[in-house]
Amino acid sequence: MLTIKNLQAKIGDKQILNGINLDIKPGEVHAIMGPNGSGKSTLASVLAGREEFEVTGGEVEFLGKDLLELAPEERAREGVFLAFQYPVEIPGVSTINFMKTAVNQIRVHRGQQALDAVSFLGLMREKMKLVEIDQSLLNRSLNEGFSGGEKKRNEIFQMAMLEPKLAILDETDSGLDIDALKIVSNGVNKLRNKSNAVIVVTHYQRLLDYIVPDFVHVLYKGKIVKSGTKELALELEAKGYDWIKDEVSVA
Amino acid sequence: MSVTVSEKNITQEIASGIEKNLDVNSSDGALRKEALEAFRTLGLPPNKSEEYKFTPITRALEKNFEFSGQNAIVKEFDITPVAIPGLDADVLVFLNGVFSKTASSITSKNLTVLPIQEAIASKNEVALKHLGKYADFKTDALVAWNTAAFQDGVFVHVADNTIIEKPVVLYHIHDASAGQVISLNRNLIVVGKSSSVTVLEKFDSTGSANFSNTVTEAVVAENAGLELYSIQNDNGPRYQFGLTQIHQSNFSRVNTYTFTLSGKLVRNNLHFVLNGEGIESHMYGLYLLAKDTLADNHTVVDHKKPNSFSNELYKGIMGDSSKGVFNGKIYVRPDAQKTNAFQANRNILLTDKATVNTKPQLEIWADDVKCSHGCTTGQLDEEALFYLQTRGIGKDTALAMMLYAFAGEVLEYVKHPVIKEYLDNVISERLHKNF
Repeated sequence: MLTIKNLQAKIGDKQILNGINLDIKPGEVHAIMGPNGSGKSTLASVLAGREEFEVTGGEVEFLGKDLLELAPEERAREGVFLAFQYPVEIPGVSTINFMKTAVNQIRVHRGQQALDAVSFLGLMREKMKLVEIDQSLLNRSLNEGFSGGEKKRNEIFQMAMLEPKLAILDETDSGLDIDALKIVSNGVNKLRNKSNAVIVVTHYQRLLDYIVPDFVHVLYKGKIVKSGTKELALELEAKGYDWIKDEVSVA
Repeated sequence: MSVTVSEKNITQEIASGIEKNLDVNSSDGALRKEALEAFRTLGLPPNKSEEYKFTPITRALEKNFEFSGQNAIVKEFDITPVAIPGLDADVLVFLNGVFSKTASSITSKNLTVLPIQEAIASKNEVALKHLGKYADFKTDALVAWNTAAFQDGVFVHVADNTIIEKPVVLYHIHDASAGQVISLNRNLIVVGKSSSVTVLEKFDSTGSANFSNTVTEAVVAENAGLELYSIQNDNGPRYQFGLTQIHQSNFSRVNTYTFTLSGKLVRNNLHFVLNGEGIESHMYGLYLLAKDTLADNHTVVDHKKPNSFSNELYKGIMGDSSKGVFNGKIYVRPDAQKTNAFQANRNILLTDKATVNTKPQLEIWADDVKCSHGCTTGQLDEEALFYLQTRGIGKDTALAMMLYAFAGEVLEYVKHPVIKEYLDNVISERLHKNF
């Protein structure tokens, strides 16, 4: 589904990604872990198409298309979804109105009919249950004055509405208490199926107790320096990241 | 050596034109004569004059207009395309500044709505009592010009204890296709005790250079209410000066809404005198500017007595090489204790060439007051734009959504549902809203 080959990227003069290789198949969950500043969020941003980052080398193929050639909205329409670490507050734009626009632009792109108001509300009610989000929250301006937990639930709600093929969760666990973490993880798990894939970017193991990964990759200095199964995450939790750094410097 | 065209020249040219037509024996003859003298003394504002620093109105008049001729006379005009759809209102139409009886329709019986010339000619006592008493023609030459030479406009008088549901709507049509148009409009609105009314002015123009100088005086008695709308959405070489002078008494409520969506040079002066206690005054403004439009909003709120509340919200979006200007003066006089006065001006610049000049001026002599002002100017939030794009929303739509959200805040305060829907459509279209 997603093939990343030797991906390099910088912001300003600062090189952040130094040759990432990753292959993701439908149905898989990949965790990207690593110490602060290792490039985890940059990888997520580059995949979503954030313009501040300049791709300086490598390629990314998503479902047969050159992902790097596409504008952010085109990537979304092809099925890429980024759950933001810091969801943006947009005063004056309600989640409902904004989601209606998004869902319909994506549907039109896929050759489907735009949903009318009634069908849209029906779809919305169904997806709201997944993340236990209240409609009153969705009537309000997007993320404005939301708690950290509400913002993250709203991200997963949007993911549910847009039914992406590849969801990238960027530090979705940050700022969540344990109850919110369970709700958010449950939502993600319910959305998983054989034909979609998830990239979980996280600093800590605790999210991976709930969203269990098939593969764990450790990012350090802009490269994947170690890959393994979910046990690797537990090892990192127990031992920290220093032994990885040592291993890399020895090598 | 550069030759500067003296502003005195066009002042004199205009003044002698006015003098020729001045009938000093008419009911308003003395007022007009006095205003003419003031106009001569003041002269049109020179470039860089403090009050017109960013808005070279005199130069624009010199460059684009002749003052010796007459406006083309327009006999008929189909107002359907410019009228607000579905709005049940008393309608007055002014074609190139002249009241058109055939195009107008006034059916309300419970208030006085007259072309102001008719009110003056018939020596309407209320009209003559108030005309020219509020708009100060001794400090601003443009107001003096209007007072000395106004053609027509509306006189609205609501007697005490009368609630008028139907708005009074003024359509000012400038048809400059056969040559330039200069019109001088004068309105007087008198709202009696415990009464209320809505008055809306809309300006539309076609053809070549056209200028309007509009002065509106509104006197709002105790416990009365007034809603005042001005919709400025003219394309092309449209120049406009306006003064709206509002005088409020105890416990009265006034809301003004000023929408500037197009034009070449637009200057709106909005002056409130709060001469009483328990008054509420709300000023809402929205300017969405593109091309080389210059829109300048100058507001003055004068709190003279204790316990009143004024609130001002002006928002602007500037694209292309357009210019926005906002200047908000608030005076709180020594007697005006317990005043609440708020002012906010928020701007978005869409290009490097667009500019805005914003200046709050608060002069407070009372010591127990709550006053605040805030000005913000920024670019569009790129992170928010990216966020919307990552949800599959095209960049243009995302941009329109964000601009609409920004502008829409002002619309929230529009009370009349039909006017609100109309403005919503105009603004949406203007921002290319297609979601």
